[in-house]
Amino acid sequence: MVSTTVPKIAAASAATMPASVKKSESRDLNFYYGGFQALKAISMPIYEKNVTALIGPSGCGKSTYLRCFNRMHDLYPGNRYEGQIMLYPDNTNILNPVVDPIEVRMRISMVFQKPNPFPKSIYENVAYGLRVRGESRRAQIDEKVEEALRSAALWDEVKQRLSDLAYNLSGGQQQRLCIARALATDPEILLFDEPTSALDPIATASIEQLLADLKEKVTILIVTHNMQQAARVSDYTAYMYLGELIEFGRTDEIFIKPKRKETEDYITGRFG
Amino acid sequence: MSDATAAKVQEIRALIARHKRWDVIFGIIGLISLMIGVLTFVALFLDMLVDGAPRLTWDFFTSFPSRKPDQAGILSAWVGSTMVMIVTICTAVPLGVGAGVYLEEYAPKNWMTDLIEINVTNLAGVPSIVYGLLALGLFIYQFGLGQSVLTAGLTLALLILPVIIVATREAIRSIPAAIREGSYALGATKWQTTAHHIIPYSLPGILTGVIIGLARAIGETAPVITIGALTFIAFLPPAPVKAEPPFISFEWLMSGFTVMPIQMFNWTSRPEAAFQLNAAAAGVILLIMTLSMNAFAIYIRYRLRKNIKW
Amino acid sequence: MTSVSHVLGIDVVPETTVSKRLSRRKLRHVQERIIEFILFLAALVSVATTVGIVLILLKESYDFFQVVSLWDFLTDTQWTPLFSDAHYGIAPLLSGTLVSSTVALLVAIPLGTIIAIYLSEFAPFAVREVAKPFLEMLGGIPTIVYGYFALLFVTPLLQLLIPELPGFNLLSAGLVMGIMIIPYVSSVSEDAMHAVPMALREGSYAMGATRFQTAIRVVTPAAFSGIAAAYILGISRAVGETMILAVAAGMQPNLTWNPMEPAATITAYIVQVALGDLPHGSIGYQTIFAAGLTLALITLLFNVLGHLLRKRYRQVY
Repeated sequence: MVSTTVPKIAAASAATMPASVKKSESRDLNFYYGGFQALKAISMPIYEKNVTALIGPSGCGKSTYLRCFNRMHDLYPGNRYEGQIMLYPDNTNILNPVVDPIEVRMRISMVFQKPNPFPKSIYENVAYGLRVRGESRRAQIDEKVEEALRSAALWDEVKQRLSDLAYNLSGGQQQRLCIARALATDPEILLFDEPTSALDPIATASIEQLLADLKEKVTILIVTHNMQQAARVSDYTAYMYLGELIEFGRTDEIFIKPKRKETEDYITGRFG
Repeated sequence: MSDATAAKVQEIRALIARHKRWDVIFGIIGLISLMIGVLTFVALFLDMLVDGAPRLTWDFFTSFPSRKPDQAGILSAWVGSTMVMIVTICTAVPLGVGAGVYLEEYAPKNWMTDLIEINVTNLAGVPSIVYGLLALGLFIYQFGLGQSVLTAGLTLALLILPVIIVATREAIRSIPAAIREGSYALGATKWQTTAHHIIPYSLPGILTGVIIGLARAIGETAPVITIGALTFIAFLPPAPVKAEPPFISFEWLMSGFTVMPIQMFNWTSRPEAAFQLNAAAAGVILLIMTLSMNAFAIYIRYRLRKNIKW
Repeated sequence: MTSVSHVLGIDVVPETTVSKRLSRRKLRHVQERIIEFILFLAALVSVATTVGIVLILLKESYDFFQVVSLWDFLTDTQWTPLFSDAHYGIAPLLSGTLVSSTVALLVAIPLGTIIAIYLSEFAPFAVREVAKPFLEMLGGIPTIVYGYFALLFVTPLLQLLIPELPGFNLLSAGLVMGIMIIPYVSSVSEDAMHAVPMALREGSYAMGATRFQTAIRVVTPAAFSGIAAAYILGISRAVGETMILAVAAGMQPNLTWNPMEPAATITAYIVQVALGDLPHGSIGYQTIFAAGLTLALITLLFNVLGHLLRKRYRQVY
């Protein structure tokens, strides 16, 4: 038996998990990059105010799946969705061509793998989402910016220099800034695309702590290539391989007693 | 719960609709701005064509300028342009390609190379008339070359040198290192690699630069006027080929001359409307020449970018 | 060369001796160095050109300033070097250059920027592929042709709107010069916008921004130094332009801020003198070098500024 370090489970998760209400779910989702099918019939629930993690080896489609949720694929020609992603409680199908992607993005925000702050001040970065929505009242923006920066655990570090350029922050700070930016508009779901893969371990730890706090306010869907991170941080985990959903379940069940052999092989490090 | 969400969604939809209007508005503004450029060009071209086309007869190409507008022609002008261009090409291409090759293949990273590169960039931004002043003070008076075809050719060569150098450098840069390494690995010297591989493979890119430079030189008026190219020339420079030995003559280099843009300038400045028709005709010729040369260069560049096999 | 081959009695080593091979290599080496030197000389030509320009402008201007004081040059309000009552104030030429360039930039900068944003962020691929070469060709039209167009098409057209517009005026010349400069502004600006990484755009779209909001609030500010460099390039081009102004604005120096009057620019003055016959070494001859020096200094200033800005935007990414 190959010995692997058994990942530490977020022991608290079992106790604090609320009754699982669905915020969103995908139904038979297929996705094509041109002629290549990247996602195959993925049906999966996303529970409200929980952290759902997507894990799997490189190329399994987890980022592709994530980017369907805010219609990022629409920015590039040649992509095609099939199936549905439902958003509750209003039963909107995000992937419906009739639905404007901008509308989707105003309800579902994203934090990217590599921090991508705008070439603006810290304040203006966080305020961007508000300005784009037409908010121009200074007091309102100030309030929201402070709230978002506090939620992102960045306020104390930057409150004296809000008009500094965002580029002057460290990598970890920039990523927290991007999180604050995404939070400022009160999204219903927050998507994280491998948010700590470009960061050092200390910055990574601070972001993981943040996720635990954030899930009380917002539903989180996170893609991570780091299994231990998924085990530490998430309530539900989905294991994907070659575009298919192999197994989905509560994190503590998946990591201790996975139902499928493929899942167990991946988790114990036999491959991937 | 659902009502609140529904209300929020409604609000979002209205907001987006309002903002998307700007997408449409700006798209229209952008197209209109483009159209202004297109329309100006069309107006320019048509205006000149309508006035000038009737004058484009065989006689027009084979007659000298004259005090009578309907007898005037551009013989001396196009012959002069051709001769000046010959001098320009023969000077600018070797110097420009040589400099480009040096900067890309040989130049070490030191202050001297930086100085050269700064100069090339700077010269590209110098107004063309300053080149005329340089020629006037230096070529004509210091070197004693006179108000000749040679002076004009050299001046225009200096003017388009940066264009050719930049084109050569970019062409060389796009050659993959693997080819260079392959040549050296076989024991070739630097010059052998350069002459047998680097230069031949960069030729299309270099050609693009040469054509664009030439198109620019043909249309340049200011520096050539400053040299003192006469605007009323009723003779041709001596022919390069003679009947008696030594069969090739270089007298034409030192001769007085005129060029096409100066002839056009001369006719444009005359108050008589009839001369302006001649100007239009000269303009049509100039336009067709420069536009087709530019179009050809763009076409070569397009095929290069698509990596099409010739 | 005693060797195995010698002992065995067979001739294995070829005829050439080591020393002959060495001398061949040395010859090749010398050839290489000669070629490198020749190429180096070719590269030096650009330095020589700059040196030549600087020397000639300074020398003739020095002679000029022996006769005319710098103070008069800068403050006199008339430029009449060829009259019997000669004045040598550069101000009228400067005002002509300034007014015509301003008119041109008022056309070129807005239109050039809008076109750049449109082509970079909005236009469908087909439009972009056609528009870019077209704009390049627009910039390749000989300036004498633009001059003709300004004098004989644009001026009469404007006179329909403004009946009191004189036949020679700075307005037509400025407008046409503006159109000529658009490709310079739009192509450098567009390159700068194109260099903005897609990650920034994705960040903006992910916030629910529309295409217009992303283009104006994120891409354009991000490309700012490149766009500023484009503007500076446009200014430099406008100041240095000769033929459009020589043909359409007249060649009479006139200290005015009104574009609807005829005036001469620095460049047009030089042309005017060159068309005449001035003896080498006369004060009239030297005036064109003094004027040329002024022009060269102004464009040098703008070129250096533009270069610094372009370096800055390349460093950010």
